Amino acid sequence: MTAPSITHVPIRLDHPLPETLNAQIRYLLETQPEATALYFVTPDGKRELAISTREFFEHAAEVAHALRQNGIQAGDLVVLVLEHSLDVLYSFWGAILLGAVPSIFPFLTEKLDPDRYFESLHALVERSGVRLIITYPALFDRLNTVLGDVEGMLPILVTDALTTNGNPAEYWDYAPTAESTAFLQHSSGSTGLQKGVMLSHRAVLNQLAGYSTAIRLQADDVVCSWLPLYHDMGLIAGFIMPLMQGIPLVLMSPFHWVRAPHILLHAIQKYRGTLCWLPNFAYNLLATRVRDVQLENLDLSSMRAFINCSEPVRADSHQIFQEKYTPYRLTPNALTVSYAMAENTFAVTQSGMDGPQKYDRIQRLPFQEQNRALPAAGDDEGALVVVSCGKPIPNCEVRVVDGDKKPLPERQIGEVALRSDSMLTGYYHQAEISAQALYEGWYLTGDLGYIAEGELYVTGRKKDLIIVGGKNIYPQDIEAIVSQIDGVKDGRTVAFGVFNEKLGTEDIAVIAEITQEDEETQGRIQREARQRIVQATDVNARFVHLVGPKWLIKTSSGKIARNANREKFLQEMAAEGLL
Amino acid sequence: MDIRQELKTFITKEIMRNPKYPLKDGEPLISGGLIDSFSLVEVQLYIEKQFGVWIDDMEMTVETCNTVDDIAKLIEARQ
Repeated sequence: MTAPSITHVPIRLDHPLPETLNAQIRYLLETQPEATALYFVTPDGKRELAISTREFFEHAAEVAHALRQNGIQAGDLVVLVLEHSLDVLYSFWGAILLGAVPSIFPFLTEKLDPDRYFESLHALVERSGVRLIITYPALFDRLNTVLGDVEGMLPILVTDALTTNGNPAEYWDYAPTAESTAFLQHSSGSTGLQKGVMLSHRAVLNQLAGYSTAIRLQADDVVCSWLPLYHDMGLIAGFIMPLMQGIPLVLMSPFHWVRAPHILLHAIQKYRGTLCWLPNFAYNLLATRVRDVQLENLDLSSMRAFINCSEPVRADSHQIFQEKYTPYRLTPNALTVSYAMAENTFAVTQSGMDGPQKYDRIQRLPFQEQNRALPAAGDDEGALVVVSCGKPIPNCEVRVVDGDKKPLPERQIGEVALRSDSMLTGYYHQAEISAQALYEGWYLTGDLGYIAEGELYVTGRKKDLIIVGGKNIYPQDIEAIVSQIDGVKDGRTVAFGVFNEKLGTEDIAVIAEITQEDEETQGRIQREARQRIVQATDVNARFVHLVGPKWLIKTSSGKIARNANREKFLQEMAAEGLL
Repeated sequence: MDIRQELKTFITKEIMRNPKYPLKDGEPLISGGLIDSFSLVEVQLYIEKQFGVWIDDMEMTVETCNTVDDIAKLIEARQ
């Protein structure tokens, strides 16, 4: 499945594709310095700041100045330990102006265990050869102590040490080459295996050009986003693309949004938003948890596309969202899908821009037993509905392969593989993992799916992975955490995902075999398990199920069988009415 | 049934899916990993339906609503 090569590149990137992001910054400053780059809604929701392109990059240049004074050179890795704030936005581009390589680290939340958080930061710094960290004055002492033993690091830079009157023009001579690494995105992995995805300037610009074409980006588009920036969807679609294309970005904080989901809708109305990327759970949250009084006079008619991305897409999530917001002038064809991953910079496919979003009804048994996706008859009540992810974006190829990596015909389920001009250069400081992920130039995604009429349908994944609200959680990590609790039999734990229809995302469930079954012990273990899981992952376990000896099912080789235990658990919970 | 008991029944059954969980009045709900951000909205809607009190979005934080006690006091003050 090969997409046509780019014939029409929209708006700002229509001048010969710039070599680097730096060249594009320069172009924007020369052609539209006073255009509003960003409307930033402060995390308390109380103020909305309008920032022009010129102001934005002057602030970025202040960071570049401080980085240069601290000894940062082109190619150095700079990690940002900053909240969702203007600081993190400016720091990211400050590093880029200097030809350094920024990477955004998720900020400490009130739920995470600080010791564990700083340990993981320490591991990243040591493994990746981080040269400098930018953070807040309040974290300076702690970070200085934690990272004191790491060799080769420059002093930590704090946000209040920044100068004023930054001048981006001072940095045109620092411009990197098209092949230089522009920044790192973090791809998920189980604990200790977080991978830094290296993306070159050329790859990022190819992605922006290709994806902008796929979504028919126009000069009057406005992007609205609350997405975090340490994830590809937020970083590329909700930050870099609008900024580099010179269209306004309305940015809210994820913490603010999750407490008050309706702020997104009002921002869309106020700024005439046209594009918005959301993970599947957000459709459920917006459809079921926003009160009608919060929606008075809402008008969503400006929206061209909501783009569902970063976790499995459900037809019923689209349906309830459409039903809820049709009275608020949501147009019928606005719900679309993109399949994306950090290893391809971002988007691989996009649906629903040339015609209606497709939903494929397939027969259940051939899907479950023969890995085939055969169209179901209209009266087939057991049919499954799979949501199309659309066609590959320009300059990206997608195929579905079997276990020997040979391409499969349409409607055969196998592993999704891709090849494009916006792929990663490799994983930072992890050459051996880079080699494993690629096969004859194809990146093997680990996702399962099929192709039908040229569109990609994703049906599952090869690896055991739980996706909670767009965040990837490895069951092995949960099992290890619970295994360490006093009273849990070592190694006798199993974790998996359970789809939550109401929330539109997966819940974490963990089963643990305990040695003493009295109520007091059970209460303590329940409490510790939930506490430790949230402290380590920032995500809650919905189900913590404690069992006696002989409950857990093992394979013939003595390993705990994840799927068999999941089935047994689901039956028990259903019988008790707790699912 | 008093407010605290009703809240505890709702949280253990509907949110934690474990009615036997020995939830205490002063136990941290958010920072303790018992209730996540998505479920806070659910608690909010339950409180409105059950007690006729609306707790504003921005009040549902660790500082103000981290325990059954915290939430019960907010409800009592507004009923």
